[in-house]
Amino acid sequence: MKLNRKWINEEFVDLSQVSDKDFCETMTIFGQKVETYERLDAEIQNVVVGRVLSLVRHPNSDHMWICQVDVGKDEPVQIVTGAQNVKENDLVPVALHNSRLPGGIHITKGKLRGEISNGMLCSLKELGLTKNDFPYAIEDGIWILQEDCAVGQNINTVMGSDDTVVEFEITNNRPDCYSIIGLAREAAAAFHKPMRHHEPEVKGSGAGSIFDHLDVEVEATQLCSRYTARMVANVKIGPSPKWLRQRLRANGVRPINNIVDITNYVMLEYGQPMHAFDYRYVSSGKIIVRESREGETLTTLDGNLRQLKPGMLVIADQDKPIGLAGIMGGENSEILDDTTTVVFESANFDGTSIRQTALALGMRTESSGKFEKHLDPLMALPAIQRACELVELLECGDVLDGVVDILGEIPAPRTIPLEPEKINALLGTDISREDMELYLNRLEIPVENGMIQVPSWRPDLVLTADIAEEVGRSYGYNEIPVTSFSTATQGGYSPMMRFENAAGNLCRALGYSEIITYSFVSPSIFDQIRLPQDSPLRKALKIQNPLGEDTSIMRTVALPSMLDILSRNSAYHNKAAKLYELAKVYLPKEGQALPEEPKHLVLGTYGAGETFFTLKGELEAVFSGLRLPKAEYEAWTDHPSYHPGRCARVTIGGQEVGVLGQVHPLVAKNYGIDTEIYAAEIDFSSLLSMQLPEPTYTPLPKYPTVSRDLALVCQESVTVAQAEKVITQAAGRLLRSVSLFDIYRGPGVPAGKKSMAFSLELRADDRTLTDADSEQVMNQVLTALKERLDATLR
Amino acid sequence: MKEQLENIKRQAMEALEAASSPAVLEELRVKLLGKKGELTNVLKQMGKLTAQERPVMGQLANSVRAEIEAKLEQRKVDLHAAAMEEKLLKETVDVTIPGKAVVMGKQHPMNQVLQQIKDVFVGMGYQVVDGPEVELADYNFTRLNIEEGHPSRDRSDTFYFTDDDSLLLRTQTSPVQIRVMENAKPPICIIAPGRVYRKDEADATHSPMFHQIEGLVVDKHITMGDLKGALTTLMRQLYGPDAVMRFRPHHFPFTEPSCEMDMQCHKCKGTGEVDGQVCSTCHGEGWIELLGAGMVHPKVLENCGIDPEEYSGFAFGMGLERMAMRSTRINDLRLIFDNDIRFLNQF
Repeated sequence: MKLNRKWINEEFVDLSQVSDKDFCETMTIFGQKVETYERLDAEIQNVVVGRVLSLVRHPNSDHMWICQVDVGKDEPVQIVTGAQNVKENDLVPVALHNSRLPGGIHITKGKLRGEISNGMLCSLKELGLTKNDFPYAIEDGIWILQEDCAVGQNINTVMGSDDTVVEFEITNNRPDCYSIIGLAREAAAAFHKPMRHHEPEVKGSGAGSIFDHLDVEVEATQLCSRYTARMVANVKIGPSPKWLRQRLRANGVRPINNIVDITNYVMLEYGQPMHAFDYRYVSSGKIIVRESREGETLTTLDGNLRQLKPGMLVIADQDKPIGLAGIMGGENSEILDDTTTVVFESANFDGTSIRQTALALGMRTESSGKFEKHLDPLMALPAIQRACELVELLECGDVLDGVVDILGEIPAPRTIPLEPEKINALLGTDISREDMELYLNRLEIPVENGMIQVPSWRPDLVLTADIAEEVGRSYGYNEIPVTSFSTATQGGYSPMMRFENAAGNLCRALGYSEIITYSFVSPSIFDQIRLPQDSPLRKALKIQNPLGEDTSIMRTVALPSMLDILSRNSAYHNKAAKLYELAKVYLPKEGQALPEEPKHLVLGTYGAGETFFTLKGELEAVFSGLRLPKAEYEAWTDHPSYHPGRCARVTIGGQEVGVLGQVHPLVAKNYGIDTEIYAAEIDFSSLLSMQLPEPTYTPLPKYPTVSRDLALVCQESVTVAQAEKVITQAAGRLLRSVSLFDIYRGPGVPAGKKSMAFSLELRADDRTLTDADSEQVMNQVLTALKERLDATLR
Repeated sequence: MKEQLENIKRQAMEALEAASSPAVLEELRVKLLGKKGELTNVLKQMGKLTAQERPVMGQLANSVRAEIEAKLEQRKVDLHAAAMEEKLLKETVDVTIPGKAVVMGKQHPMNQVLQQIKDVFVGMGYQVVDGPEVELADYNFTRLNIEEGHPSRDRSDTFYFTDDDSLLLRTQTSPVQIRVMENAKPPICIIAPGRVYRKDEADATHSPMFHQIEGLVVDKHITMGDLKGALTTLMRQLYGPDAVMRFRPHHFPFTEPSCEMDMQCHKCKGTGEVDGQVCSTCHGEGWIELLGAGMVHPKVLENCGIDPEEYSGFAFGMGLERMAMRSTRINDLRLIFDNDIRFLNQF
């Protein structure tokens, strides 16, 4: 919402002594946040009113003139102009040497075909104006001033640009502040100054009664709580006076003609959108406020043909819509230069309906923007009176007697008890009842016998808490003493959060960097990672109104997000990447309103030296660091997203917790990567319950450990895990660890077989082991290996 | 004999001084002090001496022996030190050769900032809690006093899963307030960081998914002064003890009174100008908007079964991306979700 300071200074509360900076600062702190402010005259510098004393033809040009111009200095200045509309004695805007014009244009003296020119005579356009601003001027020539001004006067004061426009961010709860009056009221309260009020008065013309010409019917009573109308006959369409045009222009509204300008002026002043219809085109003199019907269309004032949907609120005559209620009028009833009879409308339409219609038609307007904030229905009447008062002031028509005022259900006036103790308890202050009443009175909120009489323009004041805000901001939020509370709560993280932190620390220690990816993905990810059509993971939550297909479903699997990022890094020519994410997935559950949102730990890597086993080792390190029981790995040959020979199902304590492997080359190709990618996706949330208890001390061994190595020859199909299991079971309790240290195929080992070498560590807690002890263990192991795996000593 | 002893001593001292290696020293030791050594040989002649001479000579012989032994020991230490010095000199490396590279993973810069903020809150007694991202409209809007038809509920603003607009992606972390108050009795003192979603096209300053941190304190006698105190403490922990804060009235449906908190621009110290130019950090405003807050709306308390006559509380919410971008000077939001390792490695 824009506010030109001169307007409120002149009409409502004189704050002309307050600097722009102080005004903005005080208003912001008071609760009306200033977004920006701008001096209107900042763009134009050193341009003054001049009187043309003489003009002669330029000796070297057939179209230029050499003018001697009085600019209020001792000597006239010589200026060369190419314009043809200048005469002796004309008052003109003169851009002097070293002046600035809109658009950053800098004017300096120079020579034009050999003749000195000490500046420039300006046209409307060169001053950033149009014919709308000064209708008597021509567009293709110098602006010959017909203003009450003096030679040498700063042109900004002639244009009315000696003003500051302040732009406010108005909060949703204060629709009243979308108006000059509303902001003036706030300013008066903020600066502790009384505000001048003006009650519109319409004299009337005796030219007849509206009721002889117009019949209004509100069909859609739910969507229109008030409809007022007045009529003006013998309208003389013409430009508005300068003061009115200037106020509009300073607010960014283009002056059009007196009637349209009046509606815009009242909208700015009162915040009440208004509309003016040309009575000629109101068929049968009947206005109906109704919902639009199937198939109806309306060409709006902007010239666009609108296809209306049933339920949109329209203003119609007997036959057809003539306006889109609260949004924009129809071209078919537009005010034209030959309009003679005007119907003014000032109504209160349902904000939500207006907003939805504006949204559906893609045409948010100044008017709809105001309605959607829910306006004060009591404002409709003074606004229409003000419009008619302005008609009389501008002498542009005869206001007919009578006001159409159809009043539906409007909220009853509200009272709230003033409860100083409660307010002080909420604010942490000690403000007296008298001060509170003073604050409220400054805001024009009367308090009578301890009861706050809530004005109709303050629908936001309902509870004592709302009053506390008014008191608080009047007292000053920054004056409220800073205190500290003590509550009997204990801060901290949940066990799951600590678990996640630990996992993140471990991943980073292993060289993995964290990524953050979108939770919504494209439905094409399932094909990209080759999930079968019947995979339950394809049952994802679907966003009905996504930004695009690419972000339209909630991920049920996190691998694609990782692949996306790996692919991007590969495209950036990053030679290697090790990345992790603790990624939420969203799993819909039958019979549950909300999906489950477990977190998956995803590791992804590519680059020199990365293999299945580097990733596996790192995953094992993460598990170990998280104090999880030892995981088991089993070949997973038919996981669609992974290499069939390099993929493992990961289980802990018999429960499947995830997958680890080389990403299937076809999947990698789908992501545009042609190197080997390794990835693991672990159902992280399920791991916490598996965590082993906090460790306790175990006495260090007192007796030495015996190391024995074992090289076996066995069938290719025998896995390391199988051999380890047999060794562990057969060796018994003296075995402390078994670890693979070599796998060999080649000379000395028969074809189709391989040799696996293990290192065993044996130890007893109560004695030093003898050779016989370890021999016995090794014999047991060898026997078992032979029997169960047909493995022999090499 | 005395002469003999002094000769031995003199010669021994010279020879030991000249010895150039531990091996030569050992040879000398045997030669001088061994069973067949020179000193032993001389001592064997002690029997020929008179009873008066014997103790005198004995004493002399012992002192010569002790001196030789001491010299021997000293030379041994010297030679070892020299040998060590020579060895170490040979082992000299070029210390400017780079160290063996260790790949360190990095925490995403946004989570680094989040961690910092969470730690400050935990230190102040806040419990960190989590809430669902796929949320009921009832929690995201209705119970937070955001009425039907409110613009934020529009399909142009909020992502929905169902025709009846009952299931959505939460647009704020505030529904966690409701979930916490429903399940716990005051005193409540929590923060709830997490992802939120709004229908904005991704650009330098917008993202359809971003992060917020919600805070909620509910107890008896909680005041707006307490809110100011808590937030001031937080910001001074994050931005230093000299951080200057101001509070401005604002509007949120779920708090009343409501406010926004600004921090005085650290670059221009609130003047809006640096060297006569408009301050680039605060764009000339002198203040930087940090967060929204307020006293929990009585209706919200009631909606969660908490009696607003007995309890009061405050809540606040801040955008993590903005805080992270401010402290890390990241100038484009898209970088955060791009996850280029060259970007991640900078932090």
